[in-house]
Amino acid sequence: MANDTKFRNRKFKAVGTRPPRPDGLDKVTGRAKYGADTFAPGQLVGLILRSPHAHAQIKRIDTSKAEKLRGVKAVITSRDLPDLTDGDSDLYDILENSMARGRALYDGHAVAAVAAIDAPTARKALKLISVTYKILPHVTDVDEAMKPDAPLVQPRVFTSGVSPKPKSPSNVAKVSEFGHGDVKAGFKAADFIVERSYKTEQTHQGYIEPHACLASVGPDGHGELWVTTQGHFIFRNTCAALLGMEVAKLKVTSSEIGGGFGGKTHIWMEPIALALSRKANRPVKVEMSRDEVFRSTGPTASTSIDIKIGAKKDGRITAATAVLRYQDGAFPGSWAMLGAMTSYACYDLKNVKTTGYDVLVNRPKVAAYRAPSAPMAAFAVESAVDELATEIGMDPIDFRIKNAAKEGTQSSYGPTYGPIGIGPTLAAAKKHPHMRARLKKNQGRGMACGFWFNFGGETCTDLNIGNDGTVTLTVGTIDVGGARASLSLIAAEELGIPYERVKCNITDTGSLGHNDMTDGSRGTFSSGMSTIFAARKAIEILRQRAADTWAIPIKDVTWEDGQAIAKGKKHKKLKPLSLNELAAASPNSGGPIAGHSQIVADGAGVSFASHICDIEVDPDTSATKVVRYTVIQDAGKAVHPDYVEGQFQGAAAQGIGWALNEEYVYDENGRLQNPGFLDYRVPVCSDLPFIDTQILEIPNPNHPYGIRGVGETSIVPPLAAIGNALSNVAGVRMTHTPMSPPRIRKAIRGKQT
Amino acid sequence: MKYQTPKTTKEAAALMLRGKGNAFLLAGGTDLMVRMRRDLIEPDLVVDIKHIATMQSITKSTTGFRLGAAVSAAEMGENAALKKAWPGVVEAANLIGSDQIQNRCTIVGNLCNASPAADSVPALIAAGAKVSIVGPERRRTVAVEKIVTGPGTTSLARGEVVEAITLPKRPSKSGDAYLRFVPRSEMDIAVVGAAVSLTLDRNLVIKSARIVLGAVAPTALLVPAAARAIVGTQLNKAALTKLTDACSAACDPIDDMRGTVEFRTEVVGVLAQRAARIAYQRAGGQ
Amino acid sequence: MSGTLVSTVVNGDQTEFVCQPNETLLEVLRNRLGLTGSKEGCGTGDCGACSVTLDGRLVCSCLVLGVEAQDREVNTVEGLADGDVLHPLQSNFIDHAALQCGICTPGFLMASQALLERNPSPTDEEIRFALAGNLCRCTGYDKIVRAVKAAAKELRKK
Repeated sequence: MANDTKFRNRKFKAVGTRPPRPDGLDKVTGRAKYGADTFAPGQLVGLILRSPHAHAQIKRIDTSKAEKLRGVKAVITSRDLPDLTDGDSDLYDILENSMARGRALYDGHAVAAVAAIDAPTARKALKLISVTYKILPHVTDVDEAMKPDAPLVQPRVFTSGVSPKPKSPSNVAKVSEFGHGDVKAGFKAADFIVERSYKTEQTHQGYIEPHACLASVGPDGHGELWVTTQGHFIFRNTCAALLGMEVAKLKVTSSEIGGGFGGKTHIWMEPIALALSRKANRPVKVEMSRDEVFRSTGPTASTSIDIKIGAKKDGRITAATAVLRYQDGAFPGSWAMLGAMTSYACYDLKNVKTTGYDVLVNRPKVAAYRAPSAPMAAFAVESAVDELATEIGMDPIDFRIKNAAKEGTQSSYGPTYGPIGIGPTLAAAKKHPHMRARLKKNQGRGMACGFWFNFGGETCTDLNIGNDGTVTLTVGTIDVGGARASLSLIAAEELGIPYERVKCNITDTGSLGHNDMTDGSRGTFSSGMSTIFAARKAIEILRQRAADTWAIPIKDVTWEDGQAIAKGKKHKKLKPLSLNELAAASPNSGGPIAGHSQIVADGAGVSFASHICDIEVDPDTSATKVVRYTVIQDAGKAVHPDYVEGQFQGAAAQGIGWALNEEYVYDENGRLQNPGFLDYRVPVCSDLPFIDTQILEIPNPNHPYGIRGVGETSIVPPLAAIGNALSNVAGVRMTHTPMSPPRIRKAIRGKQT
Repeated sequence: MKYQTPKTTKEAAALMLRGKGNAFLLAGGTDLMVRMRRDLIEPDLVVDIKHIATMQSITKSTTGFRLGAAVSAAEMGENAALKKAWPGVVEAANLIGSDQIQNRCTIVGNLCNASPAADSVPALIAAGAKVSIVGPERRRTVAVEKIVTGPGTTSLARGEVVEAITLPKRPSKSGDAYLRFVPRSEMDIAVVGAAVSLTLDRNLVIKSARIVLGAVAPTALLVPAAARAIVGTQLNKAALTKLTDACSAACDPIDDMRGTVEFRTEVVGVLAQRAARIAYQRAGGQ
Repeated sequence: MSGTLVSTVVNGDQTEFVCQPNETLLEVLRNRLGLTGSKEGCGTGDCGACSVTLDGRLVCSCLVLGVEAQDREVNTVEGLADGDVLHPLQSNFIDHAALQCGICTPGFLMASQALLERNPSPTDEEIRFALAGNLCRCTGYDKIVRAVKAAAKELRKK
């Protein structure tokens, strides 16, 4: 019963309310400690030397002058990071990405590092390191990289997912295919077909906090790492593996995180900090500059996508295909595969085929960015769906409703859906006042829907009841969006006590069992489930203590509203025992009262969203302004509605930036031109309107409260919602993001000629 | 690096002349500090002008306005008389960056940084501003358009320090305006800029005009043909079209990550037209 | 190069520190004075996470030299609360869920305070443009603007 994951409908007392978050006070007073906010006595400043070339052989690195500089305590190159990966190619990729091994693979690839007594000395030392490069031909465009004569990025990579196995290496790292049915027959049966190609440029998660860590490793092999991260357990495992340290002897403590969105689920410079510290035998602090964050961490993929959708004149889609080419940066990933999985996830299709090509280029190693790979695929699919609806003469929402996936639909990526929210969000969008609002001159409206899976994963939680009845909830999932508040609400709900009596802490790797990263919208879902189970175990103990006190069987004791109650007429003289009373008595009644849970949280639901966008375009300059935006998304159960709304709004804002202005710009030498917030243009406060939100609750049947992960889905629809709105006002189909004013203008001009 | 806080302009000029290695003047620091951070420069000497009394104020006199070199853009925006006389110059200065930047940046710094996209420069040129320069030996006054010679370069000699910018007395029925194109609503470098300053006669016919374009050439571009297009008119449609064409014809932009040649060429004309209309209204027209 | 002794007032307290002439005020606050509330998000004045006030003027401390603080008054987020009484901006940010990760929050609080001091009744648009120099990647700014409006209302009542 304690570990029962089935959703049971109930009236909630704490869950669904909006109390203030526990970390709020520290964050508004400047007390909260992020990655760069800690200091150790004797700490050194670590700085990293990075390749200015997109692709180059490193012929020689001469660190002798740097080593001799007074104040320099350690200088490392890849020689200080021996290969301990033992054939694990993913781990080797991480090793090589941390520091180049003979070849620089992108502008910004680390080649050496120093630790010195202060920043000026470290900067001087970097300048004294002499690197001899032989510049090699490079490739940065995904389509160019697939051509047979393209420069080869990784000679050890052979295309996987094709048969027969290839004999020569390739920039195409992986081919993946999904789908079912007969698309050829389906297209034959179609009355209307839309066939179009799309491109999306590379974007970055853009978290305001650069990566930072403080590493301290001793000659005894014990070490500590303070780091801003989305997964301190994963960081521990990976860093220990790379440095040949034992997992239990590397204690990783997560700082408060200043934004991650997937980009802090991977390690970047942490092994270097640890290696510097080990060599210098002193703590080393490494703080990335904004320039390094853009050049040398993990942006998302840029893509090139071909879509073909056919439908009958009544609007029913008969066949749909997608060919998606995603660049993974210089190391193989599964980004195109994820794109191929999510492309048509919103729809109920008899005949569907998606093919993903993961392609290597001389760019940084692509990392997860909020619903990774889905926004680009959705831009293409949702734009084509809109175009098809228009051709048929159908309202775009009605067209989607007609083809929407529902419970029992076999998804385009394989599994069959349980109860899902795509239909309800579309219906809600259709009814929403936004759809009826009058558009002014030069304004256009667009809508789009989106999907993201959620993950469960390994989760460990401790719930300890103090002797005054207050509760310490210890979790290992990083709080990126307010989860401490939500988890406290869940614990309070289960125990039947006020929210204020629960304190949630995120602990270090030395104090709790393994927890997977906070990604895949799993934080509240997984730790929430684990919290419920931990609380229920604690409740069993509390019931037993009450039963012992009353000398009655435990089956006669229930737990309600924070009290043990003796059931039945024969016990009616027994007054209830509160949590506080039982806690106070615990030293003499059997010791500390606690519940522990370790699970692989399963049954994560999927979350769908529909967005509506009104955009205004200056007819003479093509300047754009988002004048109204609405997010409708299924949360399963909104534990803390303020924070669910916050996730909807934040994700939408990132999608809007992606749609309108954000892109990586490379020059002909493969150098990133805009590694800063001046020319990498994220939305500022005056760019956006208020973002209206509507939370739907279609319970996830595999979670006790029906919770679905909500953090990611709403970055998926904005690209097409805006593309469709622009297409409606400009009168021309937009196929290339970001849809910046020069691109809009060019599209309009192209249509006019 | 050495940091000095001279109390007079002459002292500053002398420090700059004598300074060994790379010497830089510091006003608001919103360009200098960024270049230092990006490792583009490594100053040996920074001379902070903000303690020099003659650079700190905005004074109005019968001959016009004098803006000391240390006056921030925010202070310009808070000066009611200046805003009334030169709304275009002030709005241009107030477009430079965020509130945080506004409280520090100066139009003299903006000018001497010599970016082709500098916001305040077209408006200053259109206004007929002059620059008071103090050198170790002598003072001189030059038209503001003589200062910037190319991207990042000025005509100032080593040891010369700008002490103030002066704006001439404004005839009645005058107005100016500055518009720029940026992809977001704020925080961007101008992709294109257009400044217009004009004076009307008592029949509301334009009797003189200066049109200056920004970010469409290596330096801000004064376009006499654009002025000729509107002088003698009340800014009718034909005049505006000629104005637009003259601006598009005069500009010589580049393709970069902020805009393309086609985009800049087209949009500069649109902005010049809009700025002209605003300046005309401010001058009392229509 | 040798350090410079700087005498200044930080959050109302007389303060002295030694720094290199090319150190920024942000570096001084964080690394020498232990005031880590101001954050480095970009180092080039584009994100506002380092916002402080200098003689009452909102600035990016990453673009100010530490030595410029001589004889001037610096105020940071650590000085916003009055003892244990939060500033209405701070309490409204919490109440309106105007922060998620919170890294941009100190900068927004300083910028909002600067706005409300010069304009106690800002319109939504005025709020948005005044805060355009502060980047937030988590919230989409919606709840931040609402929090500032609510704080402005509360301050006007006082």
